[in-house]
Amino acid sequence: MASNDMVEIRWHGRGGQGAKTACLLLADVAALEGKFVQGFPEYGPERMGAPITAFNRISEKRCSIHSNIYDPDYVVVVDESLLDSVDVTGGLKEGGAIIINTPSSPQEMRPRLQGWAGKVCTIDARCISEKFLGKNLPNTPMLAAVVKVSGVLETGRFLTDIEESFKHKFAAKPQVIEGNMATLKKSMEEVQVG
Amino acid sequence: MIYAKDINERTPWQDLTPGGEIYEPGTARAFDTGTWRTNTPVFHVEACKHCMLCVPFCPDSAIPVKDGKRLDFDYMHCKGCGICENVCPFPAITMVTGGVAK
Amino acid sequence: MSNRLSGNEAVAYAMKQINPDVMGAFPITPSTEIPEYFAQYVADGEVNTEYVTVESEHSSMSVCIAAQAAGARTVSATSSCGLALMYELLYVAASCRLPIVLACVNRALSGPININNDYSDSMGARDSGWIQIYAENNQEAYDNFLMAMPIGETPEVRLPVMSCMDGFITSHAVENIELLDTDTVRKFIGEYHPENYLLKRENPLAVGPYDVSAYYMEHKVLEAEAMKVAKSRILEVAAEFERISGRHYGLLEEYRMEDARLALVIIGSSAGTAKAAVDKLREDGVKAGLVKIRVFRPFPGEELARALAGTRAVAVMDKSEGFSANGGPLFAETRSALYDLQERPYLIDIVYGLGGRDVKTEDIEKVFGRLTDIAVTGEVGPVYTHMGQRSKEDNA
Repeated sequence: MASNDMVEIRWHGRGGQGAKTACLLLADVAALEGKFVQGFPEYGPERMGAPITAFNRISEKRCSIHSNIYDPDYVVVVDESLLDSVDVTGGLKEGGAIIINTPSSPQEMRPRLQGWAGKVCTIDARCISEKFLGKNLPNTPMLAAVVKVSGVLETGRFLTDIEESFKHKFAAKPQVIEGNMATLKKSMEEVQVG
Repeated sequence: MIYAKDINERTPWQDLTPGGEIYEPGTARAFDTGTWRTNTPVFHVEACKHCMLCVPFCPDSAIPVKDGKRLDFDYMHCKGCGICENVCPFPAITMVTGGVAK
Repeated sequence: MSNRLSGNEAVAYAMKQINPDVMGAFPITPSTEIPEYFAQYVADGEVNTEYVTVESEHSSMSVCIAAQAAGARTVSATSSCGLALMYELLYVAASCRLPIVLACVNRALSGPININNDYSDSMGARDSGWIQIYAENNQEAYDNFLMAMPIGETPEVRLPVMSCMDGFITSHAVENIELLDTDTVRKFIGEYHPENYLLKRENPLAVGPYDVSAYYMEHKVLEAEAMKVAKSRILEVAAEFERISGRHYGLLEEYRMEDARLALVIIGSSAGTAKAAVDKLREDGVKAGLVKIRVFRPFPGEELARALAGTRAVAVMDKSEGFSANGGPLFAETRSALYDLQERPYLIDIVYGLGGRDVKTEDIEKVFGRLTDIAVTGEVGPVYTHMGQRSKEDNA
């Protein structure tokens, strides 16, 4: 149960793909922009490849609710193969959207979404990250895609703020900042909405 | 500051130290364990060569030494274990029955 | 200054601002990040703390005890089985009256082995003589940790403080937080100058002597009296803290209790979730409220009785089992606290959230639904129940 001015996002990924990191990064940047945020993973034994979930609440006032998110506004699927094993659209609000990391189009993905009739967005995060970061790090492009699709943060300001955050985070290896920024921008351009 | 000598089994809780802390070293000195004795060593000064073997063997540090000579027993702390008599190479220590000195 | 940190980051940052003399810690999920971040501060020279790496929690608490007895300001962090391994030393720390501050990141105590949140670890240590303060969120975890030393180090108190937060739910969730500047923190905490310490030249200290029965009772009475004094000291420190932070804290927090007829008694992050449920019920005209227990030791019994005096039905929410077959530990305390009221509300105990079982606002609303029925019919039904477990009745 969330108030109307709150956006709730649920991330589905696999251990090691950085869904939690992206979730915390989104919280970080949203907080920089004066929002009240929560970013938290659902923890279990840490196992590479096992399905994991992470959550964001972003709103104009502090949220005291500390449960997981069952009725999200947006769902981010960092690994397409999760569609076969996890009920990713469970509880997803009608007016919301699901954003999937896949080379396929929204039209191609819809039949795999258990009758989900709302907005479907796709982005080939693997391809983008391999091009700009040199390896499969899908979380950064997925972060950009969810910001773009949800409108929870203004995209221009988001890019400025996350660059600041990267400068802090990657102080020891500034060479990766450029690639990450290019990844984010490319992802925002390429995300398909269907 | 409360000193150990001022604390005994009649002291009310308000006057005890937090956690039973003791604010000075060597408080065993004030503890009369001589009353625990059931046998008592007797020191024969004329037979003593002051070899000092008894001194480190005494578990209760009850054999005082001054100017290289051992003195008579510290009966406030001697528990009468008899180790001193056992290690003494001379007939300088004998044990007698009973807890009183001499 | 505004920031956003996880609960673990917030507590590690509080430790950095305090700059304690000694930290003795051994990593255990979900508190591992606290010694991890703090070790980084030590390595970077941002604090001049002596960080003692040890081979177990039994040793980490032993290090803390020895260092605190030597006059050092000492901190540690642990969870679950780590706290259990400290168990013997928790009593030693408290009975030696050493105001160590321990960040306890609450996690279910095995078994079955589980890494998620409930209070079975710290509730097991509730009678060890430690002050226990529980946080609802990262802000409170930070604030409570800062308040712990001024409380524990007070000469009339001299008790160790366990500053608790919910494992993962609070420890690993990034939320907004207001941090104090380090100068303000240092001024608030002050220097630690215990009157006596091990190697004090004028009068070296003996700590933890064997206590024969002629003295043991008296020393325990002293400890018990100190815990009573702690209650007022916690409030004084909270008032001082409010002056520097603007944030108000009490022994407990009453949420919409002014005219509440139905109420919860609850601890930690679930109190936040329950507040949202209370707000919703209030919109629907239900006179709902809740009391969040912030300080569990010393237990604010009189204050709780006053807060609940006007209610008709109350649910105590226990996030740990006591296996008493008579309700959880919070229930036992609450029922005891209410005994002296002229008119007592109906009281039920609900054990929930064990091993990280999530609790939603809807779950809390259902609890209030039960309280509504009890208030109307006067029939309490089963007093001690569990919530959130799968059950055959679910499908009936």
